[in-house]
Amino acid sequence: MTRDEALFQFLLRMGDNTLILGHRVSEWCGHSPVLEEDIALANTALDMIGQTQLWLGLAGEVEGKARSADDLAFLRDAWDFRNVLLCELPTGDFGQTLMRQFLYDAWSYGMTDWLKGSADPRVAAIAEKAHKEVTYHLERSGDTVVGLGDGTGESHTRMQKSLDYLWPYVVEMFEKDKVDEVLADAGIAPAPDDLRAGYDDITARVLAEATLTLPEGSYVHKGGRNGRMHTEHLGHLLTSMQWLQRAYPGAAW
Amino acid sequence: MMTRPATDQVWHWLAEVPDPEIPAISLVDLGIIRDVAWQGDTLAVTITPTYSGCPATSVIALDVEAALRAHGIEKLDLKRQISPPWTTDWMTDEGRAKLEAYGIAPPQPAGGPSRCPQCQSPNLERISQFGSTPCKATWRCRDCLEPFDYFKCI
Repeated sequence: MTRDEALFQFLLRMGDNTLILGHRVSEWCGHSPVLEEDIALANTALDMIGQTQLWLGLAGEVEGKARSADDLAFLRDAWDFRNVLLCELPTGDFGQTLMRQFLYDAWSYGMTDWLKGSADPRVAAIAEKAHKEVTYHLERSGDTVVGLGDGTGESHTRMQKSLDYLWPYVVEMFEKDKVDEVLADAGIAPAPDDLRAGYDDITARVLAEATLTLPEGSYVHKGGRNGRMHTEHLGHLLTSMQWLQRAYPGAAW
Repeated sequence: MMTRPATDQVWHWLAEVPDPEIPAISLVDLGIIRDVAWQGDTLAVTITPTYSGCPATSVIALDVEAALRAHGIEKLDLKRQISPPWTTDWMTDEGRAKLEAYGIAPPQPAGGPSRCPQCQSPNLERISQFGSTPCKATWRCRDCLEPFDYFKCI
């Protein structure tokens, strides 16, 4: 695997995470419990779609086959996506949406922080921009997890259930394969497990304040970031997100 | 061939182009115009986006192009630069004053507005970390009870 082949895969992973989660969060637009939360979720989704344009734009450039960010987003099918499974799961209720956001933001925070010092200046530039937005997202999702976890009996129960359901998907973000080895050796991206300690610090602090407990058990769900096996949910998401290009191939604004 | 207007003149023209979502301030006030330079007979204008997904970014590029074309610029190269990332520190003092006069509390290093843009009371509460555009949050004054936009500090 050449360095550019590894970098292309890495950029797909970064861009597909923000694209698929951004799309999931945008599904709340017009449906949130209160107006302020509706606006907050839409803004969070917008930031992530913006980051997607940068990551997938660079992916297309590195690949060198003249594919644009839009081409990569709208003209690939499920098996070519490289997002972690956590990002493609259905939104669930509002609590589950914010718990997932928190678990993702805490990872994204550490990842973009590391990437600001990437040996590839193009990657560092995107990370520098994204990290400011992610820091803001993490503050909000963390505050909301605390507010709902340490809230009423009903909200606490829902947040604990969300954590129990989502936690087995967290491990995949720290998995390491050949792509990561090549890029870590080149100083372009971190070895994913190097981000784990910082992640555990953030999640332990917030979850303790939220009076939530990590579930027992070591079962993990994975297969998205290496493309081995996505959940059935991704295909359904793509039929909605890619509908226009599927119905009217080549349509443009 | 037209004579090349001085870059100071171009900055002056750009200072008259309003932000499409917050027309009270100009693109220069906002601090997103990073450079104006002649490269041969082509005018290169470098623009930094506020937020990576801000939908105003493409409108801003169109507005810059329209304004400069109206002033007779023929060859124009609009460059997007994401590093260093935009920060509210780049907003001009004039821009901050215009925002407040318009009813939007300007960004503060403390991470929240210093006073109500309507009645100047420091007795404030946050309603939401987000607002009507990616760059704003929603706050309320506990004295005059008016809700208002706060320009997020990043």
